[in-house]
Amino acid sequence: MPLDKDQVHHIAMLARLKLSDEEYAESIEKLSKIVDFIDQLSQAQTDGVVPMAHPLDAAQRLRPDAISEIDERDAYQENAPAVSGGLYLVPKVIE
Amino acid sequence: MTELHSQTLTELAIGLESGDFTSVELTQALLDRVAEHNDKLNAFVTITADEALATAAHADAARETGSGGVLNGLPIIHKDIFCTRGIRTTCGSKMLENFVSPYDATVVEKLSAAGAVVLGKSNMDEFAMGSSTETSYFGPVRNPWNLDCTPGGSSGGSSAAVAARIAPAATGTDTGGSIRQPASLTGTVGIKPTYGRVSRYGMIAFASSLDQAGVITRSAEDAARLLGVMAGFDARDSTSIDQPVPDYTLSIGDSIKGLRVGIVREHFDAGLDQQTGARVKEAIAVLESLGATTVEVSLPNLDLSVPTYYVVAPAECSSNLSRFDGVRFGHRAEDPEDLLDLYCRSRGEGFGDEVKRRIMTGTYVLSAGYYDAYYLKAQQVRRLIADDFKKAFANVDVIAGPTTPSPAFKLGDKVDDPITMYLNDIYTIGANLAGLPAMSVPCGLVDDLPVGLHLVGAHFTEEILLRCAHQYQQQTDFHTACPEAFK
Repeated sequence: MPLDKDQVHHIAMLARLKLSDEEYAESIEKLSKIVDFIDQLSQAQTDGVVPMAHPLDAAQRLRPDAISEIDERDAYQENAPAVSGGLYLVPKVIE
Repeated sequence: MTELHSQTLTELAIGLESGDFTSVELTQALLDRVAEHNDKLNAFVTITADEALATAAHADAARETGSGGVLNGLPIIHKDIFCTRGIRTTCGSKMLENFVSPYDATVVEKLSAAGAVVLGKSNMDEFAMGSSTETSYFGPVRNPWNLDCTPGGSSGGSSAAVAARIAPAATGTDTGGSIRQPASLTGTVGIKPTYGRVSRYGMIAFASSLDQAGVITRSAEDAARLLGVMAGFDARDSTSIDQPVPDYTLSIGDSIKGLRVGIVREHFDAGLDQQTGARVKEAIAVLESLGATTVEVSLPNLDLSVPTYYVVAPAECSSNLSRFDGVRFGHRAEDPEDLLDLYCRSRGEGFGDEVKRRIMTGTYVLSAGYYDAYYLKAQQVRRLIADDFKKAFANVDVIAGPTTPSPAFKLGDKVDDPITMYLNDIYTIGANLAGLPAMSVPCGLVDDLPVGLHLVGAHFTEEILLRCAHQYQQQTDFHTACPEAFK
């Protein structure tokens, strides 16, 4: 089933991706092909099959609730596009 | 003496140990190879010549005092997906063009602690999404066997550099075939161990339930040597497995007499290039001549592995890549109107076409109304595929077949058609879905281009794969073949 422009707009918005007009045209075409391709899965007989989320049937490990990391904020913020006083700067959210 | 660049990691280790040359001499010889050949190949995103020579000098000093690790002074390359402290880590993306990691990945840390010298960071498909390195922001890598062809992907810079004798070994990562397919297309050895065997800490995430680190080398023996250093439990990776790591080099010399080799009929049907199939059958005959027996096995859901992967991997990628928001690190758009505009434009500008396509595919299959039809369904089919392997491994020790449907294709040939590109990984994806160890071993040429024998084992049977490959390489010399222009 081909995707239409509204669907691709909706997906791009959910994914927080701004696309150009050409990118929209290409995405509609190529995503429709991909969706057609993965639609093959509908043929598989999967009644009662337990979904597999992880390749090894391992349980999540637990650890003591203790501080294991040191404060490296300054080192991490060296990669940030805009910081001030240890805070990350973004456009104004609340007027 | 064989020229330094032509020697395997194991040979170089012996040479260093016996004082035939120093690590500084070796490192300089390989840096000269980088300078001579990288313009043709584009295998590197970053070359770390100064750091490499400093580490090499340190290794030589350590050798004097007998304090060097097991890889002391041996040069390698890291795929640019592994975080390296103080050296930029781009993941092949404009998004991370200027990202300098504040920490080392566990793989990097372990190899460095063992004394390895890092020559640089290898080029790759953007965020490891691709099978040809054509999605790299830094341009495609070229195959040393034919510069018009792809070296495979996503670890294409690693495979090209090892095939071109620029480095004896390189790290890689494999989510759907990204170590084994490039190894196959460049005549190198590539191993992806069992999921959880090598830590994913500091390895930039693509699809977390499938990603696994490994190596590309020129022999199975070299792969065994490196994997032993890289593998092991790491508390910083929540899916790391706490099991002892065997010395993989100890058992590779043992016979494979009596080894049960599974042959999957579906692997040799119409989708496989006939000459590639012929090389693979010859390789299986060599295993039989060494005392292995072949058993026919069936993987009835194999056809569904690629569509399953293209639901699971994009779904996980759409979640993993949501961290790139233009706020904490990575590309940020100029003059955003508001926060939403900042997110959307930073991501729209920072990601390339294929990455955006996979994020959107993943977003779609996880979105309201489609989750059951796609994501849940794919997880169920994933179990069917894993169960097929489980049944097969009740009767065989390894499964042997082709790594790829054909030898290397021309750059530009498949880049406009995602589905054709995706189908290149048809034989490799199953091992990722089931979390199994798998490797590619050079098994001959087709029209002057290498092809690989694919070996898959049950969980935690890397030893069997490496032994099988090493025994095969004692009988054959396909792994020593070198492209003419890079001898």
